[in-house]
Amino acid sequence: MRTFFYCIGQGLANTRRNILFSIASVATVSACIFLFCMFFSIIANVRSIVYTAETTVGITVFFDESADDAAKESVKQAIMDRGGVKKIVYTSAEEAWEEFKTEYFGEDAEELSEAYADDNPLADSDSYEIFLNDIEDQEAMAEYIAGLPGVRQVNYANTVVSVLKSLNKVVSILSIVIIGVLVAVSVFLISNTISVAAAFRKRENEIMRLIGATDFMIRAPFVVEGLLIGLLGALIPLAAVYYIYGRVMEYFTAWLSGLGTGFELMGLVPLDIIFPYLAGCGLLFGAGIGFIVSFFTIRKHLRV
Amino acid sequence: MIILENVSKTYQTGVRAVKDLNLMVEDGEFVFITGKSGSGKSTLFRLLTRELKPTEGSIMVNDFDLDSIRRRQIPRFRRSIGVVFQDFRLLNDRNVYENVAFAQRVIGASPNEIKSNVPRMLQLTGLSHKYKNMPYELSGGEQQRVAIARALVNQPRIILADEPTGNLDETNTMEIMKLLEDINRMGTTVIVITHSMSMLESMKKRVISMEKGRIVSDTGSERKNKGAGAAAGTESTSGSRAGVIRRRRRSI
Repeated sequence: MRTFFYCIGQGLANTRRNILFSIASVATVSACIFLFCMFFSIIANVRSIVYTAETTVGITVFFDESADDAAKESVKQAIMDRGGVKKIVYTSAEEAWEEFKTEYFGEDAEELSEAYADDNPLADSDSYEIFLNDIEDQEAMAEYIAGLPGVRQVNYANTVVSVLKSLNKVVSILSIVIIGVLVAVSVFLISNTISVAAAFRKRENEIMRLIGATDFMIRAPFVVEGLLIGLLGALIPLAAVYYIYGRVMEYFTAWLSGLGTGFELMGLVPLDIIFPYLAGCGLLFGAGIGFIVSFFTIRKHLRV
Repeated sequence: MIILENVSKTYQTGVRAVKDLNLMVEDGEFVFITGKSGSGKSTLFRLLTRELKPTEGSIMVNDFDLDSIRRRQIPRFRRSIGVVFQDFRLLNDRNVYENVAFAQRVIGASPNEIKSNVPRMLQLTGLSHKYKNMPYELSGGEQQRVAIARALVNQPRIILADEPTGNLDETNTMEIMKLLEDINRMGTTVIVITHSMSMLESMKKRVISMEKGRIVSDTGSERKNKGAGAAAGTESTSGSRAGVIRRRRRSI
């Protein structure tokens, strides 16, 4: 326990003595973790929208006029047999007309649609709505269904899917590249800071070695310094992200509510859900990079 | 006890710094090792602190076989010796008390041990009144006293001093040697590396002289040889050393 506190104290003293290098390292780790949090938030929100789309955007299948119940049933069976289907909802022509009336005529639906009382304009518009486990299968599934006998038309949200897919890919690649560069810069700067600290304490370490200090006792203060840099480098951007995300969330929610109904599903992932992941990853990343880089740097410098 | 048996050290550059050394220093002895620059004194010092490993032969110090000692045992071995250097090697950002306490802190001594041992060492070295001073506020002799207090505070069995008076004037040199003699009188083995002939003459201790990496004379073994010759006149000192090293290895 005494040794533990001694090493912590020496680690703090190292950071203080080496303050400019320590600040530079903390700033780089902070930038790295801040960008990581930003990209993480973007990816999480894109995924959330994709998930919403997966659960709300389906493939709609209309049948040939000549298709009887048995033909429709065999279409359903063929779709189920292909796999990857979460659920199939059958909407009769009457139900489709009722939905249409409510959606377009609103409260005056009965009055305005009286002329069509005995003549359903959506006759032969019964359909299956198919929801898939993975939205990326939509295109292939739509092509497959279009080729089935008895199918007249297939509608699906082709544009939504492709935009979401490409957005997700671009954000992922961009985040990997930028974070990769920043990780390399962080590693270089932390390693440099520890090297300077080791050079600064060269005499002290030599004396410690000859007095009979263990490798642990000599190296631990430098690892503590690396850990401190990593943890401080994580805490600063996490506090910033907490504030910024909260403000963006408020602004975005107000903007969406101004657009009217139907846009609620596009809302951001709530802060209390996303932040624990950001905090966990950020702290782990900061502490991890600080520990690993300082451990290996000091191993190289202090061959006992 | 220190036992060297057929020890040689060749550096990677090909320089053979010490050659075929055989030496035994008993517990409680005071020994000078002397020689010109390049005679191998410093290499011998670094072999004894296990900063270097011999290329050939074996070294036994305080029951540690330095040839086969495990890496993690080296700190324990080094706690059994105290080292003093010509340039003092004090920490200039800490005062006298902290410099001595440092040696205790890095081996994990308790605050109570530090509080009791450090003032005792400062008293022994005559520095009690200067415990708050920074090293740069002290004279050379006083700085070397701090270094000796730091070497002693962990209660080593051997003090190894490499040119401890090299940077001091005559008065301070005599004071430091007197201090080392007092320490030796209390039972600690003292080995001093020096090239000061005047000091050797005045101290009348065992002197081992080195030249080109070899021991060329040893007043201790000469005395022993004379004694042994008078008693039996048969076994050589290196023969008896080999016997001792074998017996000690068996006992370990």
